[in-house]
Amino acid sequence: MTDQDKRPDTETRQDGDDSGAVTTTDQKPDAGKPAQDEPSIGQRFLRELTTGSTALTILSVVLALLIGAILIVVSDPDVHAAASYFFSRPGDTFAAMWTSASEAYAAMFSGAIIDFDEYTVGRALRPFADSLTYATPLIAAGLAVALAFRTGLLNIGAQGQLILGAILAGYIGFAIDLPPVVHVVVAMLAGFVGGAIWGGIAGFIKATRGAHEVIVTIMLNYIALFLLAYLLTTDPFQREGEDLPRSPFMLPTAELWRPIEGSRLNLGLVFALLAAVYTWWLLNRSTMGFRFKAVGFNPHAATTAGISVGRSYTTVMFICGGLAGIAGATQVMGTSLHLHGAIAEQLGFDAITVALLGRSSPIGTVLAAILFGALRAGATTMQAQTQTPIDIVLVVQALIVLFIAAPPLVRAVFRIKVRATRPVAPGSGGLA
Amino acid sequence: MRRTHKMRLVAGLAAVGLATAACGEPPGEGNGGSGSSDTDFVGCMVTDEGGPDDKSFNETSWKGLQDAAAEGISAKPRLAESNAASDYEPNVDQMVKADCGLIVTVGFLLADATKAAAEANPEEKFAIVDYLYTDKSGKPTPIDNVKPLVFNTHEAAFLAGYLAAAQTKTNKVATWGGAKIPTVTIFMDGFYDGVQHYNKTKNKNVQVLGWNKKTQDGQFVGNFNNSNKAKQISENLLNDGADIMMPVAGPIGEAAAVAAKEQGDVSIIWVDSDGYEALPKYKDIILTSVIKGMDVAVKNAAAETAEGNFSNEPFVGTLENKGVSLAPYHDFDSKVSDETKKEIDDLTQQIIAGDLKVESDAAF
Repeated sequence: MTDQDKRPDTETRQDGDDSGAVTTTDQKPDAGKPAQDEPSIGQRFLRELTTGSTALTILSVVLALLIGAILIVVSDPDVHAAASYFFSRPGDTFAAMWTSASEAYAAMFSGAIIDFDEYTVGRALRPFADSLTYATPLIAAGLAVALAFRTGLLNIGAQGQLILGAILAGYIGFAIDLPPVVHVVVAMLAGFVGGAIWGGIAGFIKATRGAHEVIVTIMLNYIALFLLAYLLTTDPFQREGEDLPRSPFMLPTAELWRPIEGSRLNLGLVFALLAAVYTWWLLNRSTMGFRFKAVGFNPHAATTAGISVGRSYTTVMFICGGLAGIAGATQVMGTSLHLHGAIAEQLGFDAITVALLGRSSPIGTVLAAILFGALRAGATTMQAQTQTPIDIVLVVQALIVLFIAAPPLVRAVFRIKVRATRPVAPGSGGLA
Repeated sequence: MRRTHKMRLVAGLAAVGLATAACGEPPGEGNGGSGSSDTDFVGCMVTDEGGPDDKSFNETSWKGLQDAAAEGISAKPRLAESNAASDYEPNVDQMVKADCGLIVTVGFLLADATKAAAEANPEEKFAIVDYLYTDKSGKPTPIDNVKPLVFNTHEAAFLAGYLAAAQTKTNKVATWGGAKIPTVTIFMDGFYDGVQHYNKTKNKNVQVLGWNKKTQDGQFVGNFNNSNKAKQISENLLNDGADIMMPVAGPIGEAAAVAAKEQGDVSIIWVDSDGYEALPKYKDIILTSVIKGMDVAVKNAAAETAEGNFSNEPFVGTLENKGVSLAPYHDFDSKVSDETKKEIDDLTQQIIAGDLKVESDAAF
């Protein structure tokens, strides 16, 4: 790309969300166009995310779990029963409340980390394996969102990229005969490529036409979803002898190895962790990653420094899509072992939450994904043992995001003082 | 779809908030609690993403276990709702661990997870709603400890099609589906044939919009959660002149009722449960409903299992065993002529007797 090629897209971004650069040199408020002088909400949000402290993250999770406990208590029929004679015997109500919340969370713990009722170490730790199973696609898809965040892009399209990855990896997995090992590698690569193309389209359109990536990726999500739904009505994607929207099973050579008998934990975790290592290397040790971050901090400065912003957008979205595609591949080759309409679940959207919670760093994303995996694995046990509605977990997840997005609220609740050194003034961050 | 859960939470908040209302009498010491738990048989259920409040097959199936509990067949039933496809296996495994007398799984989506759990736990008893295990040629491949509960809904839908053809003023009736899967198209096949039967016997020309049985082609949303598209399809069919419509789409079928109310002079044929009760807001436009007695089937399966008479013999709901039926006309009772009512009763008898063959590729 020549110099002239990059001009238009940096211009386009100026009237969008990246006016941080302007603010650093020019603090005059402009009544007509305030958006030009102050960083947009999106900009401030991204900055807050990447600079927030770990303590605040942990406190957000604690707070969300506490509110979750209140919801568990008030939705429990036993508590209602005891509350109906509260003034005659208040102790009963409090006892019922304590039982309700503590049993639910204990069940969740036993379903997510360690089951103390089991006799062997292997079986006792199986719940943690379940958590890691749920975490696997969230790690890869979370990275797809986190890496885009760091480049200043909001990748809402992990869902669609994941679907494309699942379609390609799945088709190679169930329809094409290949030798062992080779089959897994080829299918995984196909998953990467499928997602990468889908992400790359969004990046390319952004780079060349300036279309906002949020809109483009959301639209691509729908296209991917209905493409999958359509494919599942065609014969090659259906099992022989039935007319249901589900594909044949993966051929044994394409199944990801499951090391633990009776657990769905699979080799996909290793692929997801490799993706995290790669993303870490990319961001912290490579020239390309430096360019991405420079573009994320300040596209105008990056342009001035000779970095092609447009090319960075296309490349980073290509890589992000590929990461989400790996998530789709692990989902179809490791967990469900066949392709169906809901293969992507809500993973692409949960991935946004995971990336937020992980402060957009690869390590943070891995940890956040494991936390979410644990919540989901624990939820099924909690539901089965205590009949607590599984939706509580969705509420807890949503609350975590809410608190992370509103750090002042969490600080107020826990009476934390803002450190003076922390840049509070908008726009003073720069490329520092 | 999750409305009831949220309502439960809100209701709970209100209950605790209004502590002033908490002046009731405490129970005496050593009170055993609720009465109907003198049996140790527990019916358990795993639903798909629709959840037990989907106004459709999950909800109706779950009602079966609740009815079983109310009649003392089962102790308080256990429920595991799935939030995503990857919850199916863990949920079924949890139920296996939970000492269930019978584990009922709902829908073809759970078929793989049910089969795996059934084969791994041969002593456990399962029933699956709406799915029959078959091989590649379509021959049933029964599993020793899984009882399929399936429904020949086309028999009742045939009656609904005949009724619609008799009632239409525009000579156009419509049907559309959620996803193009056999449990949906079986309704549409029956409806289509019912209309054709009316045309043949009365020498009329009532058209069916949205489905053609011969080409197996028609209008589908593509899933069971996009109510915008459902409404759009409904509006298109109404604009094409249909004045009676049968949506076969579970929860998003309601979009048809919304569109019908807006259009005016249109009535709806509901499916699965009696729409007059399921959609009280729209009861004045519910002509009738094609009832698929999943609740009865689940309750009977639970009763048989509780008595020690479990069998893996599939239950196939038909007009004859009342597994499927046409709901009462309710508010439309006065608008359906006695002649039509009699014809429908006669058709019912003919189908039961086998004199009238109603067919569908999706039948069992």
